[in-house]
Amino acid sequence: MRIVATDCGSTTTKAILIEERDGVFRQTFRGEAPTTVEEPFADVTLGVTNSVTELQELSGYRLIADDGTIIRRRSQSDADGCDLYISTSSAGGGLQMMVAGVVREMTAESAKRAALGAGAIVMDTIASNDRRKPHEQIQRIRELRPDMVLVSGGTDGGDTKKVIELAELIAPARPRPRFGGEYKLPLIFAGNKEARGAITRCFGGEGFALSIVENLRPTLEQENLGPARERIHDVFLEHVMAHAPGYDRLMSWANAPIMPTPGAVGDILQTIARGRGINVVGVDIGGATTDMFSVFGGVFNRTVSANLGMSYSISNVCAEAGMDSVLRWVHLDMDERELRNRVKNKMIRPTTIPQSLEALVFEQAVSREALRLAFIQHKAFATTLKGVQQQRTVGDAFSQDAVGKSLVDPMAIDLMVASGGVLSHAPRMEQTALMMIDAFEPEGFTQIAKDSIFMMPHLGVLASVNARAAMEVFERDCLILLGWCVAPKGEVRAGRPALEFTLSGGPSGGNAEVAKGQLVGGEMRLVRFPLGHSGKLEVRPEKGLDVGAGPGKPVKRTIEGGTVGVIIDARGRPLKLPTSPSVRRSAVAGWQKALEIYL
Amino acid sequence: MAKAYTPGLKVTPRTTYQARRLLPVPGTVKVKHGDRVTADMVVAETFLEGDVFPIKLAAMLGVNPRELPELMLKKTGDQVAVGDPLARTKGIFGMMKTEAKSSAAGVLESVSDSTGMVIIRGPQPAVQVRAYVAGTVVEVIAREGVVVETSAVYAQGIFGVGGEIWGPLVVAATGHNADLLEGDITESMKGAIVLGGARMTAGAIRRAREVGVAAVISGGIDDADLRDVLGYDLGVAVTGSEKLGITLLVTEGFGDIAMARRTYDLLAATAGRMASVNGATQIRAGVMRPEIVVPIDGGGTGEVFGGGATAGLLEVGTRVRIIRDPHFGVLGTVSALPEQPAVLGSGSKARVLEVAIEDGSRVTVPRANVELFGE
Repeated sequence: MRIVATDCGSTTTKAILIEERDGVFRQTFRGEAPTTVEEPFADVTLGVTNSVTELQELSGYRLIADDGTIIRRRSQSDADGCDLYISTSSAGGGLQMMVAGVVREMTAESAKRAALGAGAIVMDTIASNDRRKPHEQIQRIRELRPDMVLVSGGTDGGDTKKVIELAELIAPARPRPRFGGEYKLPLIFAGNKEARGAITRCFGGEGFALSIVENLRPTLEQENLGPARERIHDVFLEHVMAHAPGYDRLMSWANAPIMPTPGAVGDILQTIARGRGINVVGVDIGGATTDMFSVFGGVFNRTVSANLGMSYSISNVCAEAGMDSVLRWVHLDMDERELRNRVKNKMIRPTTIPQSLEALVFEQAVSREALRLAFIQHKAFATTLKGVQQQRTVGDAFSQDAVGKSLVDPMAIDLMVASGGVLSHAPRMEQTALMMIDAFEPEGFTQIAKDSIFMMPHLGVLASVNARAAMEVFERDCLILLGWCVAPKGEVRAGRPALEFTLSGGPSGGNAEVAKGQLVGGEMRLVRFPLGHSGKLEVRPEKGLDVGAGPGKPVKRTIEGGTVGVIIDARGRPLKLPTSPSVRRSAVAGWQKALEIYL
Repeated sequence: MAKAYTPGLKVTPRTTYQARRLLPVPGTVKVKHGDRVTADMVVAETFLEGDVFPIKLAAMLGVNPRELPELMLKKTGDQVAVGDPLARTKGIFGMMKTEAKSSAAGVLESVSDSTGMVIIRGPQPAVQVRAYVAGTVVEVIAREGVVVETSAVYAQGIFGVGGEIWGPLVVAATGHNADLLEGDITESMKGAIVLGGARMTAGAIRRAREVGVAAVISGGIDDADLRDVLGYDLGVAVTGSEKLGITLLVTEGFGDIAMARRTYDLLAATAGRMASVNGATQIRAGVMRPEIVVPIDGGGTGEVFGGGATAGLLEVGTRVRIIRDPHFGVLGTVSALPEQPAVLGSGSKARVLEVAIEDGSRVTVPRANVELFGE
């Protein structure tokens, strides 16, 4: 079997070839070409054809017909063509949505979760209590040019007035769709079912293409995002994609519905987390935005941090984090005025790449801050349902948990997956691992991997048509295991003993001692433990420090090797860098040396 | 492969420039095909939908929303002014009537018996589209706008702030590599498009704003000075809507950098002519660069250009500009395009090219770090 998959990104279209060889699916070739959604080409299929042509040249199979279409095989014995073609897309800015709900912390947040989970960029969230006056909300709605709108509000059988009021604000504001002209703005209603009649009257006129699905918050205690997410996908295909240049042709080529890229990434991560019963944090840091995904206890969350990215948005990262925060990760002398101008030059010429080591060090410092800020936003969003009645004691039986508890527990992360240019293309895998550790501050035992060539979107769609192929390629070719981070939670004292460790194992497991040692507070150490090796790592933390079993309690776990190995991080959590610039610079240089970051 | 496509900025002594001047919503076109227009002439006009003012009338009256329609004193479509009574309760035996007045002026658009809310639609603001460049109307798009065409000296900048503006072009710098200083700006430059050389200094920008200069064009600007002008640190390069009273445009980038001699000479030669400048920059999918258009007499090149991104072929002999440190701003000619990726100083592997620079030396840089420089 031969599968061609493409991901049409905003700048590049990436094609991969997956082949079944000796009964196992493997990713064999990769090609890429500039995306051709914009003028002067204005036809996405040109970029697809170009990227698949590169696959054709590399693989030797004829995949593109003379008319530019993808050749299909009639039987497995045909030499040319493929058996399956699938695609994802985030070209042209991806799927842009406006969401609305009655209460910001409840139905509006559930609506936002549904939209993000479907792979959308949420342009704004309108809620009755979002502290804006009605005319300000209307003004905002009129400024936005979304691809579609999702409206929620009210629990089933509850009060209808508020959600109808919300609809009565949105309808006369007449939000204009991005594609303009005769395009009817798709509006999905996923709120109180009692309000459906009034909602139909409100949006039934010209200008809106209304569809109604089950309430995404039927009760306060329950979220039901599935129907809204599915409808978003359908509308994405029926309306948004159908209006994007060349997508009608692309859809006719594909064997499965075209998915928004982040939606596909979310799907594959959920499949993995559920299949292995683990908690996963994934990140895709791009030029303009950073996407974060997590699955904790089976609950999936996705956030998009608009304007946190490494090229278009690099200046925004520096502005939001502050240059001092960026430079704390740098061990070299750098002139701030010069750096600020360089940041702006990267912003206006986003496709350039660091040529010197100094430029690389700086960009990787910026990436730590972009990832850190994106993770903070993700933790604040990925929470238990807000507004749910807690029945703990008689005293607080009726109190509303307005805050919601973050589901993201750094101690509970089993696997962190890195993807996106600055992480994927770092010259050394050690750099990728350290960027992830510095930004996300995992606690206890955490495995770190990177998406080798950003294949997760392709595999997300593939999972919907051939789950076995998707899983086999994911396990064998998609993820590169970098290794493990072991870090105690708690405050360490510089120079004082923090933990002891013993690592045993080898190519076929066993008890042979690989390394043992002691780390003091503020120290990091790298123990090489290659890919294919497995063994046991025992860590004995000092009193007050926790590596997963409680303060001062030892933990022994089975681990697998990785291209980097085992990083033991005794800097403590939360991570505090020395405040004195000279001490900090020397500490950062020490960590980089210990981990062989820049050679 | 010894060829590749790379982006570049267009700088040309003569092109046929077309400006599409369209209304955001349909309206009236004020000129006809073949008309000669000046930059400030209104070519199309429309009225936008008025603002929406929701008023919770049932709540104000203390009645059930269902009762509201029969209590209304105004019907949908009626004009209302601030203070006009909108609805009145029946009272008790005709007494104790409560009246609710409008807090907004406009037309009563809707009355909801579900929520008790009424919507007042405010007056329609007018939107006018001007020609932006002096030229001839070559196409009228019914109810939407026109296409204005002219022969022009044309240069794309790399970054700008502030929107469309026009005025006579005045040379203020002493050369392409001279910083634009406070003393270079004089009172006589009010309303002018001022051409600087290298970096526009903070003093020059401040003085230009005091004098009322329409736009400043220069090679570079310091990030710190841009922050002072804007009042905030620019996060993403999507500009053009700033209300600064001045348009700033840089041709090369941030920092101490001279304007490319060719660009400078070309623009300086148009001194005294009316120029149109747009600082709007959008560096996202669908790149938009700021531009300088100086209409000139005579025919164009036949090639029609309307702004937007350009790209061209990169091969041995192509003139390029290096756009990343450590050689930022250096101009040269491609002398080799090795096929195999090379290891950079950063440790990354990337496809590179060799550039012969003007001092006779050669440097190797990633292909991603150059842009075409020429026509």
